[in-house]
Amino acid sequence: MKCMRKILLSTISMVAVASNAAAKDELNALVWCDHTDPALIEPFETEHNVKVNLREYEGTGAALALLEQSRPGDWDVLVIDGIDVFRAVEAGILAPLAVDELPTADFFPEVVMAENNSVDGVTYAVTEKFGYNTVSYNSSKVDQSDMEDLSTIWSDKYNGRISIYDYYLPVMGLAAIAEGIPTAKIGSGDLDQIGDVLSIMRSNAASVAGVVAAQTALATGEVDIVVGGGEWLTAVLAGERPELTWTIPKEGAVRWAQSIGVVEGSKNSDLAMKFINYIVSPEGQARLATSSCFWGMPANAKAGDILTDDQKAVLRWNQQPDYLALTQLYPAPDADLDAEMQDLWLETLQQ
Amino acid sequence: MGWGFVAPALLWTMAFFVLPFVVMGAMSLATMKGRTLIWDLSLANYLELAEKAYLWRAIVVSLEITLTVTLVSIILAYPLAWIIAFRVPKHWQRLALLLSILPFWTSYVVRSYAWLLVLAREGMVNNTLISLGLIGNPITIANTRFATVTGFVHFFVMLLTLTIYANLVQLSPNYRRAAMDLGATALQTFRHVILPLTLPGVVTGAFLTFVLCIGDYVTPQILGGNTELTVPQVIMVQLGRRADFPLASALALVLMGIVSLA
Repeated sequence: MKCMRKILLSTISMVAVASNAAAKDELNALVWCDHTDPALIEPFETEHNVKVNLREYEGTGAALALLEQSRPGDWDVLVIDGIDVFRAVEAGILAPLAVDELPTADFFPEVVMAENNSVDGVTYAVTEKFGYNTVSYNSSKVDQSDMEDLSTIWSDKYNGRISIYDYYLPVMGLAAIAEGIPTAKIGSGDLDQIGDVLSIMRSNAASVAGVVAAQTALATGEVDIVVGGGEWLTAVLAGERPELTWTIPKEGAVRWAQSIGVVEGSKNSDLAMKFINYIVSPEGQARLATSSCFWGMPANAKAGDILTDDQKAVLRWNQQPDYLALTQLYPAPDADLDAEMQDLWLETLQQ
Repeated sequence: MGWGFVAPALLWTMAFFVLPFVVMGAMSLATMKGRTLIWDLSLANYLELAEKAYLWRAIVVSLEITLTVTLVSIILAYPLAWIIAFRVPKHWQRLALLLSILPFWTSYVVRSYAWLLVLAREGMVNNTLISLGLIGNPITIANTRFATVTGFVHFFVMLLTLTIYANLVQLSPNYRRAAMDLGATALQTFRHVILPLTLPGVVTGAFLTFVLCIGDYVTPQILGGNTELTVPQVIMVQLGRRADFPLASALALVLMGIVSLA
């Protein structure tokens, strides 16, 4: 009898757990790695009694291919490179957003980027985070004044001590800025000039590295400079290695921005919108800005009320007006120019 | 009745090899116009392969690295397998084999990053060479082809050791005794008797090494530092941002062609 009661109680508790789990809504989000930090996601899950399923991706092409092969309703939220929102809209992947619900009035004005996040006057995404592709370096190993000038950063002086960030758009944007070409105006005719700069960079570089490899190279002393680096590369190391830092040279640098939107056909569009509102709220923004994967500036300036002074110092909060004025959004080429730029990049790597 | 037995395997092969292969072949004949996929059944992607020097270079780099890795791995694995098979007492052989494949138990990615730290300018190798007075300043080892080959060889020596050992232990000691009785020196015995009889194990291991090495993305990406690109790296670049599946498929099929020729 006692045994029977035990079985009955176990069964009841299991059913209760199962029904609780079944009652939980689920949100499926295709994201960058900074969204996978539990410190960011768990507060939303707890507040809304929801499970957020996250899948990381790298490269807009890979994400769009994945979404196009999915069934409508499989995905609810998409985090995407700010310059590629129009590609997702063209592919019919993003749904219009309720602009009135978004706190864009609190954003740094330069990163609202309405022209990037909307198509034909309809808003499909909202900027959530931004930062810079500029230069990260080891301040104990290089002359800091050299880091204020793009041409000396990748000069012979630092031969073999440079790593180049392995993404052609920001690095070619930096090369363009060094040559006085605005990133928004890069055309086919500029590629020879940009290619010459890339060749110089390449000839003085020890490696061309992705995020983890570049961080490892800087932290282990393999290189002293990462061209294309920025706060996203060194901020997570700031506590242990304060000598690993970053700056924006006098010529300027490239600005990156990531946006977030609701996927067309989402079965949980209301919940997806709540998630987006959480991410762009001051609390969500502060957590996203200091994600364990990579740090970056929150789009919402009110996150400054929540971030600590130390965190703001690492993010260079007080310098943002100067940095925003000095930087340009990284190139957003059309498909043909993109192909040409990628070819040039691969040719340079194979030199 | 016979079909009933082979049908599951046949269906499995059709679903997970033949069908994807056909889809990839068809995809390689499509083209990208802007960001739109056009099913125009053209050979444009293959012609692009012939026209673009960096694509050719990727094939050459892949082949050079793969052949070097295969050769170096055989040279290191054969003596190791020999020592385990003929010099290590029978009851210790299992432990010796276990120790030789121990690195298999760690993650491939973690192992590659570990090599990156070992070969770094301030890593173990440079520090040892400096402390021995062999070099004055750190030398560049990481982010080179040498680093890529080292990472690969570490992995494939284990694989080849297993296939060669399996062959060696099956050899009857009578072959060696007979050769010695007939006046052959140890070297002649090895060259004319042992080596030919163990070639199947060497060839099997070498083939596996070639196939796995030429299609690998992780090791050259982490240890090579993108100082030169292999075919899998170029394929990944095509997919990452532009989603150029047609060109990526053509490259993948060329890679399969090379493997088939091998």
